[in-house]
Amino acid sequence: MSTMVRGRPLLYTSYEAEMALLNTRSKRVWVGVLLVIGAALPFLLTDATLQTFAKAMITAVGVIGLGLLTGYAGQVSLGHAFFIGLGAYTAAVLGGDPEGRRLGFGITELWVWLPAAGLVAALAGLLVAPLAVRLRGLYLAIVTLGLVFVGGHFFNEWRDATGGPGIGRSMPSPTLFGYELGVSDSSFTRDQKLYWLMFGVLVVFALAARNITRSRVGRAFTAIRDRDIAAGVMGVNLTRYKATAFAVSSFYAGCCGALLYVVPGFLAPNGVFNLEVSVLYIAMLLIGGIGTISGAILGAFFITFLPTVTRLIPDVIPFVSASPTEFPNVFILEQVLYGVLVIVFLIFEPRGLFGIWLRLRNYWKTWPFSY
Amino acid sequence: MTTAIEVISRGLGTGSIYALIALGFVIIYRATRVISFAQPALMLAGAVLVTYLVGPLGFYAAVVVGALGTALLAMVAERVAVRPMIGRPVFTIAIITIGLDVVIRVIAIAFIGTDLPQVGDPWGLKTVDVFGATLEQRHVAMVVITAALVAALFGFLRYTRIGLAMRAASFDQEAAMAQGVSVGAVFAVSWAIAGGLAAIGGVFAASGGAGVAGTMWIIALVALPVIILGGLDSLPGALIAGLFVGVVQSTVAHFQQYFPSWVGGNVAAISPYVLMMIALLVRPYGFFGTREVERV
Repeated sequence: MSTMVRGRPLLYTSYEAEMALLNTRSKRVWVGVLLVIGAALPFLLTDATLQTFAKAMITAVGVIGLGLLTGYAGQVSLGHAFFIGLGAYTAAVLGGDPEGRRLGFGITELWVWLPAAGLVAALAGLLVAPLAVRLRGLYLAIVTLGLVFVGGHFFNEWRDATGGPGIGRSMPSPTLFGYELGVSDSSFTRDQKLYWLMFGVLVVFALAARNITRSRVGRAFTAIRDRDIAAGVMGVNLTRYKATAFAVSSFYAGCCGALLYVVPGFLAPNGVFNLEVSVLYIAMLLIGGIGTISGAILGAFFITFLPTVTRLIPDVIPFVSASPTEFPNVFILEQVLYGVLVIVFLIFEPRGLFGIWLRLRNYWKTWPFSY
Repeated sequence: MTTAIEVISRGLGTGSIYALIALGFVIIYRATRVISFAQPALMLAGAVLVTYLVGPLGFYAAVVVGALGTALLAMVAERVAVRPMIGRPVFTIAIITIGLDVVIRVIAIAFIGTDLPQVGDPWGLKTVDVFGATLEQRHVAMVVITAALVAALFGFLRYTRIGLAMRAASFDQEAAMAQGVSVGAVFAVSWAIAGGLAAIGGVFAASGGAGVAGTMWIIALVALPVIILGGLDSLPGALIAGLFVGVVQSTVAHFQQYFPSWVGGNVAAISPYVLMMIALLVRPYGFFGTREVERV
């Protein structure tokens, strides 16, 4: 703290202080407050709300991963759903019941199957990397889109591991060093324990991502994003860093997939890891704010809680029906809304929710002087 | 031999659907340097529109009016969502078109209802014998109509003022503007043509009693590997690659029974994507596309 002059939070007297993980006091305060609130929420909310929170937090891990690849390294990927699926099935196979009808190895320890799911996805990401090195921009987007279709085919067809379309398989119940996280016990309910698990995972992955972005690797990513030829001229090894970006992003996606279906406890391959899921992750990233970690988390929460909010619409607007068989119904509205949100955000606020926060902050920072 | 002709004719039939949609992609790409992911939704919207029009108008008039209606829809979408984004990174505009796709598709699917509405095509599943091979009438009709449309399109680009403007704008947008070409009009016409072609492709896809289903947009997505194979900016490339992918797909489907069991059923559905990935390792800019020059 000695390097920071009191009352002048933006004055840095050393490079270390400027590049620190939490480089201003307000960041330190806010992160501390959010961590406390996040840890305390299970005592305040109902189990149903906690489930939505858990889903939002684990989705955020996936969005952060996509953000590292698309937001920081500038490689557009429509294949995120494939890597998420790969992680989910790796976890399901490793943690699955060895006596059951589906392939399973019965390793329920979380610290084994969670990193394993990430690593399998990361390996697949590395295999895609040679294509990414040769292709740029929209060509890459379409190739990764092909990945979703080819992957989806095998998810549907490899019935021993995935259960096949319409049947599916159950997800493992996570155990951490012998402690059952997936069942309620005398002190905590299942949803409370899973909430804390997802919260812990999100904190670890968000901090790790933040650290990646302020390291040598992160600077290489942004250099590639801004102009890959110039980055290459400056001595950034394009092949190596593009491959790294794909591997890291896929690792995040794999871990996200491994835990995504732990709360519902069940997973069926059709429609879960398709192109629409990839698009949804891109939408979350853009709505939250591309090129920031906090934006990715914001976007994941925003889109995950969107259904909860839109379900209230039929009470407010009379002609919108709550039944899925009538025409302007809330489910159609929900899907349309997220398409519209993507368009509106890109046209009016390309920096997403994070950009709105920045504007608010800057307004109040200089208040009452607006310039 | 007769089997070969039948397989190829099926392939050319589906291939002509891909070709029509791929041509739309390429026309928009040439005008705006953006791949419009809204094409699948426009195809669906066109087909749905035709199912509503076919009752009062009859098939052929319904297709014409449906295509014009979809062209109008595409123009409106372009004006509202894409035009304000000119000058922004192509990735951003591409994502906008994904947003458009979601909106148009969801609304179009809402109009499908619970049963499969028919486009009421006169071909159905009727067949015709050619050199001893039994071909489906609709596949023959698709190829013929596609050929006519493509000829008209190439003629339009070659011999009309706006066609000339479109070629000029795709070559060099700023120079075209300086010569008095309204680039905005070029964008609008490009989207309109793409929308119209997508609608006709949608009708083809729904013909033969298949009906219009929400999952139909998967067919339009196959046009993406097609344009990658043909090269993003090549109209003949889109046509040839479209027909080629169709034939490859029907051939793969024909030999399905000989594949090892681990590849699973219905490999034909993913064959275009596998073909694309292999081709890209060899030719990153497609077989007919312009090679991108890298400058620092």
